[in-house]
Amino acid sequence: MTQQRRLPYIILAPGMILLIVFLVLPLVSIIFPTFFDGGFTLTHYISFFMDEYNMSIFWRTIRISLIATLFCVFLGVPTAYYISQSPKKWRGLLMSITLFPLLTNSVVRSFAWITILGQSGIINTTLKNIGLISKPLTLLYTEFSITVGSVYLFLPLMVITLVGILENIDSEIMEAAETLGANRFIAFMKVILPLSVPGIIVGSILVFTGSLTAYTTPQLLGGNRNIMLATFLYQNATALGNWKGASVIALIMIAATVIVMKLFDWVAKRMDKRGEASA
Amino acid sequence: MRKNAGLQIFAWIVFAFLIVPLIIIVVTSFGTNSTIQFPIKGFTFDWYGKVFNNESFMNSFYLSLEIAFIATVLALVVGIPAAYSLARHKVFGRNWIKSFFLSPTIVPGLVVGYAVYQFIVIQFQFPIFQGLLLGHFLICIPYVIRVVGSTIEQLDFSIEEVSWTLGCTKLQTFIKVVLPNITSGIFASFMLAFINSFNNIPVSQFLSGPGVTMLPTNLMNYIEYNYDPSVSALSVVLMLGTIVLMFIIEKTLGLTSIS
Repeated sequence: MTQQRRLPYIILAPGMILLIVFLVLPLVSIIFPTFFDGGFTLTHYISFFMDEYNMSIFWRTIRISLIATLFCVFLGVPTAYYISQSPKKWRGLLMSITLFPLLTNSVVRSFAWITILGQSGIINTTLKNIGLISKPLTLLYTEFSITVGSVYLFLPLMVITLVGILENIDSEIMEAAETLGANRFIAFMKVILPLSVPGIIVGSILVFTGSLTAYTTPQLLGGNRNIMLATFLYQNATALGNWKGASVIALIMIAATVIVMKLFDWVAKRMDKRGEASA
Repeated sequence: MRKNAGLQIFAWIVFAFLIVPLIIIVVTSFGTNSTIQFPIKGFTFDWYGKVFNNESFMNSFYLSLEIAFIATVLALVVGIPAAYSLARHKVFGRNWIKSFFLSPTIVPGLVVGYAVYQFIVIQFQFPIFQGLLLGHFLICIPYVIRVVGSTIEQLDFSIEEVSWTLGCTKLQTFIKVVLPNITSGIFASFMLAFINSFNNIPVSQFLSGPGVTMLPTNLMNYIEYNYDPSVSALSVVLMLGTIVLMFIIEKTLGLTSIS
């Protein structure tokens, strides 16, 4: 009997042990020292948030993630709705168009934007050829290029999350709204949009936390001037040799991720409650 | 579908936004000029030859395949029993343990790589290869727990009971009855874990050393100093790989099963 009761724990153990030894302990070993300098201290964190340069990186990261999330919602909701309403034989193709970039390496996806936005990239060459500009525009290595890259990276994730939700919405609902006198746009805004809120929230968590901690995009599209938290961590650990500084950023990134997730969950719950109250 | 021109145009602009940048890469990979141009002048396959003759690219390609494969198999070996236990037994703190298994997705990849590097490679002097493998194991395990877990939950428990009644031991039942019934879940999680491990950059960023560099990391370092069409050519090769995998998934499970 005792063996019976122990069995579930025995087969859980190998995975748990691997995670504890190779994830939890390593994390503790880098985070722990940031709180101790002789005795317990918060100095490292206070000085991080007091420093103007650090804060400019922090706010840039938040700003870019927020804008990228908003664009993904704006572009993603109508596209996902379009996919969910397409006939079955088309839906597979449209899903493939969306999934293909998602499964393609993110270095490749960032690199595509280097060839488009660079000094001798497609946009600058085209504008020069038609005589609109004489000097190339600085598009690459700006916050703009990181934002475009982030939207490009995460939009498929948003669309796919939303398609899953929108497929379950009865298409008769739209017809009902139109019968009752709403035009297509109003019906979309008042019927489809509210129904897709759970998907928007899940998608936004993925996009926001994804861009918040992304390394590849800011590294390839941001250049040295537009550092974000992840590239700052890497710079601290390697070029600057400031391991404690890197660990401080590591914890800030984990904390930001958890806070964003809890915040969105809280919003989702509140909206659920409001729905119940009015129902 | 009822026609709605506005929505249709909007959606197709988004599809173009998603796919055109990748098509541009394909086109630039055939250019004869030594830097990337669009539109291209001339037409050549030389850059593909350069990629396949580049020892550093090829070595990192084999390493990426090796790491992604071993990490995925390791995640399946420890993950399937764990997922089974969580789905079938009243384990103390079940939800907590499940979130613990999914927690590598909450910790940013770069932080995972950094922590593993500091602890395993620097403090305990493990070779980089092992550190890399463990880092990628952490990428893979959540996919196994999530996908295999939900497959087991959907599996009718009574067939296991029948098997026990007919005299099979728990282990025999697991191997002869449960495993054959969850192969689609195992295969889906294998694909997801393998693709995500192969494509991952942040986790590998700290975990690279002489002769031990994953392909995406290698490509990324190359891009920082070079701007020639061999980058496009390698990107096209990777995209072809993606297409092959998507085709396999579509033919076996259907693409919707991984989204």
